[in-house]
Amino acid sequence: MRKGFSWVAFARGAAGVAALLAVWEVFARSGMYSTAMTPPIESVGRVIWSMLADGTFVKNALATLARVFIGLGISFAIAVPLGVLMARHWVAERIFLPVLSVLLPIPSLAWVPLFILWFGIGNLATILVVIYASIFPLVYSVWTGVRAVNPIWLRAATVMGADETTLFRKVIWPGALPYIITGLRLSFGRAFIGVIGGELLASPKLGLGEIIFNAAEFLDAGTMLATLVGIGVIGVIFERFVFQPLERVTVGRWGMVTGTQSLKN
Amino acid sequence: MKRVLSICLPLATFAVIAAAWQLLATYGGFPPKLVPGLGKIAEAFLRLASDGTLLAAAFATLYRLGAGFLIAAVVGVSVGIAMGRRQWVEDTLLPIVSFLYPIPGLAYAPLFVLWFGLGDIPTILLTGVASSFTVIINTWKGVKAVKPVWLRSAEVMGARDRDIFRRVVLPGALPYIMIGLRLGLAQAWRILIAVEMLMSVKRGLGWLIFGAQTFLNTDVMLATIAVIGAIGILLEWQVFGRIERWTVVRWGMVAA
Repeated sequence: MRKGFSWVAFARGAAGVAALLAVWEVFARSGMYSTAMTPPIESVGRVIWSMLADGTFVKNALATLARVFIGLGISFAIAVPLGVLMARHWVAERIFLPVLSVLLPIPSLAWVPLFILWFGIGNLATILVVIYASIFPLVYSVWTGVRAVNPIWLRAATVMGADETTLFRKVIWPGALPYIITGLRLSFGRAFIGVIGGELLASPKLGLGEIIFNAAEFLDAGTMLATLVGIGVIGVIFERFVFQPLERVTVGRWGMVTGTQSLKN
Repeated sequence: MKRVLSICLPLATFAVIAAAWQLLATYGGFPPKLVPGLGKIAEAFLRLASDGTLLAAAFATLYRLGAGFLIAAVVGVSVGIAMGRRQWVEDTLLPIVSFLYPIPGLAYAPLFVLWFGLGDIPTILLTGVASSFTVIINTWKGVKAVKPVWLRSAEVMGARDRDIFRRVVLPGALPYIMIGLRLGLAQAWRILIAVEMLMSVKRGLGWLIFGAQTFLNTDVMLATIAVIGAIGILLEWQVFGRIERWTVVRWGMVAA
């Protein structure tokens, strides 16, 4: 992978995007489909502008993100103690692992119709789907991360008189963190899929999935495409400005990643 | 002692969960239509299994999964390899791929309905498109991760471009490609169930759940969810465990 910024790469990337847009534009204006179904770039742009101007986009995006973060927060609060318990105590592992392995392969969205029956349409069902979607990668990553902590570090810290709390805060947690951040990243992706699916099926009042679902009723492809672009932008923003810096600040600073890599090589 | 416990503990957990569910169903005061007892769920499962509904639905879903995954595998591996081998392909496609990658495939579903109508074809296409990005990214990383030393030594020893690809790049990248395919299949499976609910396909496991909701047949829904989980486990163990043993392990790329 190339390090640093390169004008050649940038130009090629821009050319790729431009080519894609040009193909779309030709296709949209060719009259193969009506322009309502394949709107040209200009009208998608106009929809994006109006959604931004009247605050629809921000309002709905915030509703969606709020569901993601409430769900992720609850998942995290359950997954960290559970994962640590499973990694540290053998009996807990034997109790919880089979249950997790049975629930894990069931897609979170398969539960949506059932959640709707039990909890009604709206926020609760959607957030439950987010929790279901995001909790398994987290539990697994905490569990693997804690088990991957070098036993020598644990013994060294214990010999030097660290108690359980210090051991956890200073050795286990930083040691497991690269795994936990990877898990968090995966969970965020899953939660995002879950929330859009939940919003499409469980129709809460606001949300990006809800916009798409409503636009489908009116055959409004422009609004759908505009919302998809918005979802993509949110995804890129989170990857660039949340997860990558998070990894640099925590894991990089504590030397965990370079540390483990230099051990391997 | 440890051996006995390691078998008994999981069984005990499931027994406790089953008992708790049964208590909730019997004494919880919920309508039995919404919280059916274990007997009712088993009954629904046997009924659906014996009249062939379940089998037909499972086959319809697996057929769509297979077709969709095939698209994802072919497109994903070839695009990923092209990106990994040629710098200009990587430069051109990477911005598009990394923009589309985080968009949940399900968000396209209403758009695909609009463009391709309802039924099998949009379901398969969407499943394929949604799961191809994972395969692309992993294949690309895998090709990039092939050690330059291997490439140079193969070159020095006089290997042609084609040989280098077949004997060095492909085996070297294969562990990553397998991870990508595995994740892609899992993603296709998760998305397909939801897409079946939105696309009103004929038959299918997602359709079975969605249809049962209309009639408050919670027992049918839970029985179907159990089948979905079982198929998920089988896909993971049988299909991928086997392919991995045949290729990656045999070539000595990872330990068995």
